[in-house]
Amino acid sequence: MPSVKSLDDLKKIREEALKKQQLKETSGKTEVIVGMGTVGIAAGARETLKAILDTIEKDNLSDIILRQTGNVGLDSFEPIVQVILPGEEKVSYGRVSPEMAHRIMKEHVLGGEIVKDYQIKGNI
Amino acid sequence: MRELALHILDIAENSISANADEIKIIVEEDLRSDVLRIIIQDNGKGMDAETLAKITDPFITSRKTRNVGLGIPFFKAAAEACKGAFTIQSALAKGTTVKTVFKHSHIDRMPLGDIRSTLITLILGTPDIHWIFEYRYNESCFLFDDQPIKETLDGISLTEPVVMKYIREMISSGILKARQKGSLEVIK
Repeated sequence: MPSVKSLDDLKKIREEALKKQQLKETSGKTEVIVGMGTVGIAAGARETLKAILDTIEKDNLSDIILRQTGNVGLDSFEPIVQVILPGEEKVSYGRVSPEMAHRIMKEHVLGGEIVKDYQIKGNI
Repeated sequence: MRELALHILDIAENSISANADEIKIIVEEDLRSDVLRIIIQDNGKGMDAETLAKITDPFITSRKTRNVGLGIPFFKAAAEACKGAFTIQSALAKGTTVKTVFKHSHIDRMPLGDIRSTLITLILGTPDIHWIFEYRYNESCFLFDDQPIKETLDGISLTEPVVMKYIREMISSGILKARQKGSLEVIK
């Protein structure tokens, strides 16, 4: 894909994305949430989020909603990543390094299997 | 925090929590006057004079999950450690502006760090906020405004892989060009 920078190029990108979106309309969207409070940031949340974005870009994953949130009150588990598959309960992961984020994206977001090794237990 | 870019991310998170819908970040590196200036300006709910007076106290925070807030005190300390200054202005229902100045060449000044990742995190993570970023290097300036991009996309997500790539490249090349152009000015 050629590198793009003008708004005209962006319009083309939009049209292609729109076609793809119409095909997927019924499947629902997966939500990925990263905690970005002071503690999260100091613990490396920005690099964790970057790893998630890298995976989205590299594996060309459409229809993922990325959100960030403030402090959730679980400082010792930061950086925290939460995944919500369409129609399923929220799953929270703790102390997520960029490498762990890659695995969560691959196994949970793509594969639908919760990565139990990294999961924070209990109600959050 | 090991980078100024992480402090910027942290302070901008305060603006997001204050329900701002427009946030402007200005980073200015002026080697001629040996100054690095960072301004984060929002139109959020702001603070009253009483809260503002205590905001640099680590034991003041608006959050309910914990009773200490270290973001602002950390940033203030970082500036004061290198002959800089920290100021914060705020008015209820108008917004808050945080300004920090650093002596650019000071040995204790943290590196600016990965400002690109900070911006991408903010822009993609909070699509409802209008982000404006201004980067100045001596006389050169790079201005990034995400509004035209969102208007052009018209409903297509910013996290579409091709869109992400577009935004990342736009910011990277903008900062790089401003730096190159600004460096030449100093040599002249």
